[in-house]
Amino acid sequence: MALNLIRKFAAASGLLFAFSAAVSAQTLVFTAIPDEDETKLVERFRGIADYLSENLEVDVRYIPVKSYAAAVSAFRNNQVQLAWFGGLSGVQARSLVPGSQAIAQGVEDKAFYSHIIAHESTGLNEMDELSDELRGKTFTFGSKGSTSGRLIPEYYIREAFSEAPEDVFSRVGFSGNHTRTLRLVEAGTYDVGAINFSVWDKETKAGNVDQDAVKVIWTTPSYPNYQWSIRGDADERFGEGFTDRVQKALLNMKDKELLNSFPRSGFIPVSNDAYKPIEVVGKQIGIID
Amino acid sequence: MFSSPTVRVSFLFLGIALVALLFADIAITAANPWKDLGRFFLGVVTPDFFSSEGVAVALLRTVAFAFVGVALGSLCGFALSLVYRNPIVRTFCAFIRAIHELFWALIFLQFFGFHPLTGVLAIAIPYSGIFAKVYSEILEEADPVPGRLLPPGTSTISRFLYTRIPDCWVQLRTYTAYRLECGLRSSAILGFVGLPTLGFFLESAFSQGHYSEAGAMLILFYVVIATMPLWVRPRLLPIYVLGAPFFLGEGLPIVWGNVERFFTQDIVPSPIRNGEGFSGLLTWLNDVMVTEALPGIWNTLVLTQIALVATGIIALLAFPLISAHFGGPVRRTGGHIFLVVVRSTPEYILAYILLQLWGPSMLPAVIALALHNGGIIGHLIGRQTSAIRLRPDAPIGFNRYTYELVPRVYRSFLAFLFYRWEIIMRETAILGILGIYTLGFYVDSAIQNIQFDRAMILIVITALLNIGIDVLGRFIRRKLALQTMPTC
Repeated sequence: MALNLIRKFAAASGLLFAFSAAVSAQTLVFTAIPDEDETKLVERFRGIADYLSENLEVDVRYIPVKSYAAAVSAFRNNQVQLAWFGGLSGVQARSLVPGSQAIAQGVEDKAFYSHIIAHESTGLNEMDELSDELRGKTFTFGSKGSTSGRLIPEYYIREAFSEAPEDVFSRVGFSGNHTRTLRLVEAGTYDVGAINFSVWDKETKAGNVDQDAVKVIWTTPSYPNYQWSIRGDADERFGEGFTDRVQKALLNMKDKELLNSFPRSGFIPVSNDAYKPIEVVGKQIGIID
Repeated sequence: MFSSPTVRVSFLFLGIALVALLFADIAITAANPWKDLGRFFLGVVTPDFFSSEGVAVALLRTVAFAFVGVALGSLCGFALSLVYRNPIVRTFCAFIRAIHELFWALIFLQFFGFHPLTGVLAIAIPYSGIFAKVYSEILEEADPVPGRLLPPGTSTISRFLYTRIPDCWVQLRTYTAYRLECGLRSSAILGFVGLPTLGFFLESAFSQGHYSEAGAMLILFYVVIATMPLWVRPRLLPIYVLGAPFFLGEGLPIVWGNVERFFTQDIVPSPIRNGEGFSGLLTWLNDVMVTEALPGIWNTLVLTQIALVATGIIALLAFPLISAHFGGPVRRTGGHIFLVVVRSTPEYILAYILLQLWGPSMLPAVIALALHNGGIIGHLIGRQTSAIRLRPDAPIGFNRYTYELVPRVYRSFLAFLFYRWEIIMRETAILGILGIYTLGFYVDSAIQNIQFDRAMILIVITALLNIGIDVLGRFIRRKLALQTMPTC
């Protein structure tokens, strides 16, 4: 009887596999690191999926993920073939997938920077260098795997204080994404936080920032950030010249509304080498082996 | 008073918790914690059931994953329970159940990715270990006499099916049904790591401050759990179990090469992978232990001990809410609703909510663990006291509580509490994913850095710690001669 049940179950789970194969080989699946509020991401990338499927004549599907690492793993495991990565996640992902390439970055990503923001109760003002006034404050990064919300700010904090962030601040947290960092510092849950300039500018322009509660106190030097990366076997799977077509489609994106949702003024070509500095910093901090 | 061993043990644990409090990071860091909490409750009382198209599907998936995972777990668990005497099987089961569902999910995500199998196995594997243990305990309790009365030559299988199973059938069924409820909770929280269950949408709604949307999801979840006796009927079960696999969602296809890669490369410690030899491995292990494992173990232990005592206090405070010896039917109904809500909400979700509202520290975790586990124990003890018949002239009010009821249920209270010790620790470790510095924090960090070798070592350490606490808990229960019956 038990055997019979097991057999039935096996049959049922067999069907489960059959169903899961419904995503055909001709569907280009892509993902993006969850660096902002999910609703915004889903809206933005559904638009991108429509745009790409029109231009590439294959089905294009976006899947949302819950962490930066999940985006990297999905890319590595060939469950997605294209991804919108940050600097660090892109370096991590491409080192795990031989032949994969960075094909396009935003115009703004060539010289990206992060802000350090502070709650008004701290009394902190704009500073030229990260100063000892910051010691003992509570501090939040964005996601653990974020370039602009963690890697680069941590690098400059270590450089300025010659100590790990945990030793400089009384409490160090990871908010999860840039929008959360903004909300947490604005609410005073953390005294100080690190946020990327792009999200800060966008939220400020949209009037979503309480200027009396939170302000920028320091800005990092510039570094290369976000980019579209594609797997090395994309041509094999979707036909000769597919990678070039994807790159062209991205570079030709002129739709104001789509671009504004990032927000980027446009996309420009880029190569893996442009992210060498990120790799160096990642190794120094120990995030990359 | 101190001559009683139960009292001595109680004070010992209270003392440990007080010392742990000195080392614990207890704080409310949010500037306006009560305003946010108020906004959250406002959201719960003004639920918005139509805001997100995904909620109905998420509920369906939550139920489907629970059914498939628990069914598979109970089948495997039953098979394992037949050979549970074997020490290898015993150790194996202890090990797989010592690893939390979320950790299993995080492991499977690395090579199965967003395939339904990830969620199914994440529930089925630890549940197999739990089922094996509890089923074997139930089967051992069966009356051996009917078996002996059968004529010689009766096959072992017939003997088993016709004498043992009928004797234990009710308990097996009750426990399995109970586990299904746990399975719903496990299934819901899998969404927090990206599976398409309720947690996925709950996390999005919460992190964006859409409290009415989050409130609606929580209410629907309570309704699903509270109405289980209505829709989980024995006759419908085969339909649910066979139908559930079709409602898991399609996910993304599995690439089998990834599985091989995970086991032959990813989890091999990086010094060995890079050919740095034995000395490199030692340096690496030392680094993992000092910078991650030891702080993680320390914080996990500190938080567990505080949460354990807080759980006990909540349970003792909460049981009168549903006890027949206090208050009228109106208050008891209110008490029941309160206890159903706190014990149906997974600790993980409670902790997540409180962390969002109060900011990061151990406090939200302690409150979440104490509310959930205290709610469960309070419910069980409260039911027990209702069965107690007091003399007509028994004291009333506070004296009835302290002199009549608490002494009578105190032993079973302690039994439940020590039974849940290991469960509390399992949860404590996992709450690290939310940003409290327990072992889960370091596991999550390792996974975020794509260092699965580190993650695996830390997960194994977490499992060993759980097994240790389980053994210690059982030892204390045996010492104090406390009887337990399995709870979730």
